[in-house]
Amino acid sequence: MQAAAKLERRDVVARMLADRGDLLVVSGLGSTTYDCAAVGDHPLNFYLWGAMGSAATVGLGLALAQPKRRVLVVTGDGEMLMGLGALATIAVKRPGNLAIAVIDNEHYGETGMQRTHTGAGVDLAGIARTSGFLETTTVRAQNELEGGVTILRGAPGPALVVLKVSCARDRLVLPPWDGSFLKSRFRQALLGAESAHRG
Amino acid sequence: MADDRQTWPVQIFRKFKEFNIRQVTYVPDAGHAQLIELCESADDMQSIVLTAEQEGIGILAGAWLGGERGVLLMQSSGVGNCVNTFSLAKVCGFPLLIIVTMRGEWGELNPWQIPMGQITADVLRLTGAVVYEVTEPQFAASAVEAAARIAFNGGLTAAVLLSQRMLGTKLFKD
Repeated sequence: MQAAAKLERRDVVARMLADRGDLLVVSGLGSTTYDCAAVGDHPLNFYLWGAMGSAATVGLGLALAQPKRRVLVVTGDGEMLMGLGALATIAVKRPGNLAIAVIDNEHYGETGMQRTHTGAGVDLAGIARTSGFLETTTVRAQNELEGGVTILRGAPGPALVVLKVSCARDRLVLPPWDGSFLKSRFRQALLGAESAHRG
Repeated sequence: MADDRQTWPVQIFRKFKEFNIRQVTYVPDAGHAQLIELCESADDMQSIVLTAEQEGIGILAGAWLGGERGVLLMQSSGVGNCVNTFSLAKVCGFPLLIIVTMRGEWGELNPWQIPMGQITADVLRLTGAVVYEVTEPQFAASAVEAAARIAFNGGLTAAVLLSQRMLGTKLFKD
């Protein structure tokens, strides 16, 4: 019964990106980059394929530069654990337009499904909350998902929602990995061609 | 000497203004103290204190995606913390302007600073950064200008290293 109730990562990410409007999205390396691509490639998705631990900080710089736009970071538990200090940095800076979704399967999915610290009790929402994030919660069941998505898409930030998901491996959906292309495409979509190609 | 008010931080700050730097990310260092104060008090700049230097690389990548320029201030030990994260700037061609105050480089008293201080410039070059080493305070601002132009126009990582010869050496005395 318990096992059957587990959330599936692709459903969860599809739900948080539905009717995305002018949402800006940054994804962490590995499965969350594929999850965002599986919903549909978008010029305002910036996919990380490396630099592990950097998804939240990229989101912070973007949120500070674009205070009127909602910025959603979608990353995994392993990626977030490598950048824990960023939670403190974000909490101190308090960007009201930044939300982080941690898709938490409690494992390193890219490297052979070794356990991460979140499976051993480390509570990422708790760390964010005690650092000073305004909204934090952990979503474990279908009936809690709506509330989590509402926080991610609209609650005053900084917000962090951990979504506990199953370890199921989904079909690989690989977005472009040419970093230069991803950067320029994002800037062109956000800033317009003229400013995108100038400093 | 390090405690005296210097003119080079003011000159570097003016270059930041000239280049429209909006996000100033840093892990503090005594050598950067005066420059940090100037940036903190500027209305058109946001200062972002980091827990570790590599956070600045992500933040400045995000800033650039959002149309803003920034700079990363750190001590030489921080360069070692950044190595893998430099790949984000390099693979995407994000401009990354870094100002490094040196430790373990010239007359250092603390032996623990020496291993990283002695390889800082080489590590930066290995990662593909353009490196300007400054030993005289009167050349600091022009090096920052050169680095900023190369970083922002070329989508490159450019680092200015400020030598202990100009900063003075921490003497561990009250």
